[in-house]
Amino acid sequence: MPVTLAEMPKIVTRFVGQDGSNTIDYALEHGTYARLAKAFAMQPAAITDEVKKSNLRGRGGAGFPTGMKWGFIPKDAKTVYLVVNADESEPGTCKDRELLFWDPHLLIEGILIAAYALGCTHAYIYIRGEMIREHAVLERAVGEAYARGYLGKSQQTARGEFKLDLTVHRGAGAYICGEETALLNSLEGKRGWPRLKPPFPAVKGLFGQPTIVNNVETLCNVPAIIEKGGEWFAGLGTPRSGGTRILCVSGHVARPGVYELPMGIPLRAVIDEVCGGVPGGKKVRAVIPGGSSMPPLDEHELDIPMEFDALMTDERIKPVEVKPGIKFDLGGGKPLRTMAGSGGVIVMDETADLVAVCWRIMKFYAHESCGQCTPCREGTGWLERVTRRLSKGEGRPGDVELCASIAAGIAGNTICPLGDAAAWPMLGFLTKFRADFEARVRKDLKPETPQRADLHQIRTASATGPH
Amino acid sequence: MPLAFSPDAQKKIAETRSRYPNAQAACLPLLHIAQEEFGYISDEAIDLVAATLALPPAHVWGVVTFYTMYHRHPTGKHVVMVCTNVACMLKGGYDVLAALEKSTGCKAGETSPDGEFTVVEEECLAACADAPMMISGEKYFLRLTPEAAVRALDEIKRLPPDHGHA
Repeated sequence: MPVTLAEMPKIVTRFVGQDGSNTIDYALEHGTYARLAKAFAMQPAAITDEVKKSNLRGRGGAGFPTGMKWGFIPKDAKTVYLVVNADESEPGTCKDRELLFWDPHLLIEGILIAAYALGCTHAYIYIRGEMIREHAVLERAVGEAYARGYLGKSQQTARGEFKLDLTVHRGAGAYICGEETALLNSLEGKRGWPRLKPPFPAVKGLFGQPTIVNNVETLCNVPAIIEKGGEWFAGLGTPRSGGTRILCVSGHVARPGVYELPMGIPLRAVIDEVCGGVPGGKKVRAVIPGGSSMPPLDEHELDIPMEFDALMTDERIKPVEVKPGIKFDLGGGKPLRTMAGSGGVIVMDETADLVAVCWRIMKFYAHESCGQCTPCREGTGWLERVTRRLSKGEGRPGDVELCASIAAGIAGNTICPLGDAAAWPMLGFLTKFRADFEARVRKDLKPETPQRADLHQIRTASATGPH
Repeated sequence: MPLAFSPDAQKKIAETRSRYPNAQAACLPLLHIAQEEFGYISDEAIDLVAATLALPPAHVWGVVTFYTMYHRHPTGKHVVMVCTNVACMLKGGYDVLAALEKSTGCKAGETSPDGEFTVVEEECLAACADAPMMISGEKYFLRLTPEAAVRALDEIKRLPPDHGHA
């Protein structure tokens, strides 16, 4: 950790908890929009270079380098769109909602800088439908920015005149619209079905034009990068990941909250020092490190740094197994461990019913599957039914293996990562807490006899999977 | 009489339509406007939105049924969205929901007999650090107990009603 907790600047959560901070007068008094002058005096390519230097990585969950993403826009593009993903719905994640409520003008400033760098003249914010209060705050903030001439009015820049329009587009209740291509379809007025990639949005996105989709927290970091430089931002983080990281800690800790922390802070320090440990002197049993899509960690895996690469590769974390002895392959021969995801940390103490938690996660994905790909549409519902009966203590012999085989049949076989997002935690819970599941199998039941040999073969084939 | 948008809504629709390069993109915002205006999205409202944007009614129907926040039936005066996802569940979210069901006299997904509340079991509402929680309109109710949730119903009754209720 290059910077200590006490020295760590608050880049994106500076206003959280300050009364009235979401008005433009408060924002102007505290330096928001002041970074625009410096940004507009730079060439657009120089801004992208600065963001590349900063090692800023996407805060929505995937951790893709932001500057590199911006660089994918074709040089000869005429119309470019910037779309802000404010569809925060990953269970356990509650950071973007705070940023939207307390500091919408920081986001608008970040959008202005990014849009200028990308050559975009109309940006859209896709805000989650359920965020009724934040939608009202954001609409008012955008109105204020128009009234003061930051939006909708020509400004002088190093590349001549620049004018940005910004539209807030409200979703209507669908987790899948947080997936960028589903979001684009939803913004185009369609059902939120993910698109096949390629083409990637940077080449063919919104309305068929080159499009960059960035998360709220990602864009909120951009003004500080322009003000203090990419190197400064990179220096705050780990070698491959710059800046701070918001972690949203919930579940069994004394002080749950939304904390802006040093990138790479050990998970144990987050739980014990930042959040005051587990109440009642209880022990940690399991931790979901980055939203419910991510395989959980057990109590022996808490010394890992909370950073994108470490969670995927740190050998202190057990690889997730499809079934005993067969490691799930993330690609390139690397076994899947877990991922930093969206920063949603859910802590479970020794009293937590992990089978019920796993069922609730499966219920979520079964509800939210968009229905486009068969493995996900059918598999998530099937997992929900089997984990439900397990959680009620009505499991049948073979149910544990069945869950593993269904999950293995989903993972990697769908257009978008929602299928993986159901399969990974299922496999993760089974890898690390298998005994909890086996204990829920009713002992008075005999194993089911397959009625048809061919069905049995299909089931066996999907257990060994495409991996 | 066939359904029609009020002059206020028509102004909002024209402004909304101007924010997008094609009519179809205004489909979700128009459905929100229709729900505000008429309280829920009836078959007639689907036809009206389709006609306003020159889209096939089947397309609009497909959109309406894909998203959870477009109500196909009239709702109570207040929609109460209760989270039971993992973070809330660990802190008693299901107890909160059960207390609300008992107090309002309706199951999740239904409207109370007095027409005051529609109780909805929600997926994660992005306030996990303050679990368990619920939302009604612009108001958040955080770190709930079953008792606090039932008490909050009185406060919700005094909030401006949702979706086209006078």
